[in-house]
Amino acid sequence: MSASDVLFWGLGVAQILLLLAMLMAAGRMVRGPRAQDRVLGLDTLYLNAMLLILVQGMRSGVGLYFEAALIIGMLGFTATVALAKFLMRGEVIE
Amino acid sequence: MTVASDLPLWAAWVIVAATLSGSLLALTGSIGLVVLKRFYERVHAPTLGATLGMALIVIASLTFWSLSEGRLALKDLLIGVFLTVTTPVTLILLARAAVYRDRVEGENDAPPE
Repeated sequence: MSASDVLFWGLGVAQILLLLAMLMAAGRMVRGPRAQDRVLGLDTLYLNAMLLILVQGMRSGVGLYFEAALIIGMLGFTATVALAKFLMRGEVIE
Repeated sequence: MTVASDLPLWAAWVIVAATLSGSLLALTGSIGLVVLKRFYERVHAPTLGATLGMALIVIASLTFWSLSEGRLALKDLLIGVFLTVTTPVTLILLARAAVYRDRVEGENDAPPE
């Protein structure tokens, strides 16, 4: 087994695991039951998607995936903070 | 197929082991998100993937890029530092919003003041 085979299959399995994790988070986002549960599900979904893209960058050897992962991480942070603020006060910018 | 076929075999196994354990941790956190009963229990679950899981995958990525580019590639550390700083902030804000909502609506689920 060469190094590229090990990387291809091993990282593929890791991607499947992360995809399952994303499905679980999406399930929590759909099921609720309350708004804060949905926001928590969305946050986890974002995080797992970011990790999935990092792994995809390693698997394909394309360095550009790093930028995509960074942007997803930042957007996820902003979205969750804005949503938490909205849940607390009813508006985002006071 | 991966471009970096010039990686040594031990490095490939190290990268795969770190990535697999990181994604297993992320999966465990997401399973906890589905299985746990109350919001205040659930809010702990995803941090498993956001801290150690993320760190393991970032370490694997650092190793991969440093070895395949032949120099110290530290840019992935940016994601690690950023997530380490932001995860507690988001989850504290979210938990506070949840406590506020529960108290306003008079749910007895809310923790005491």
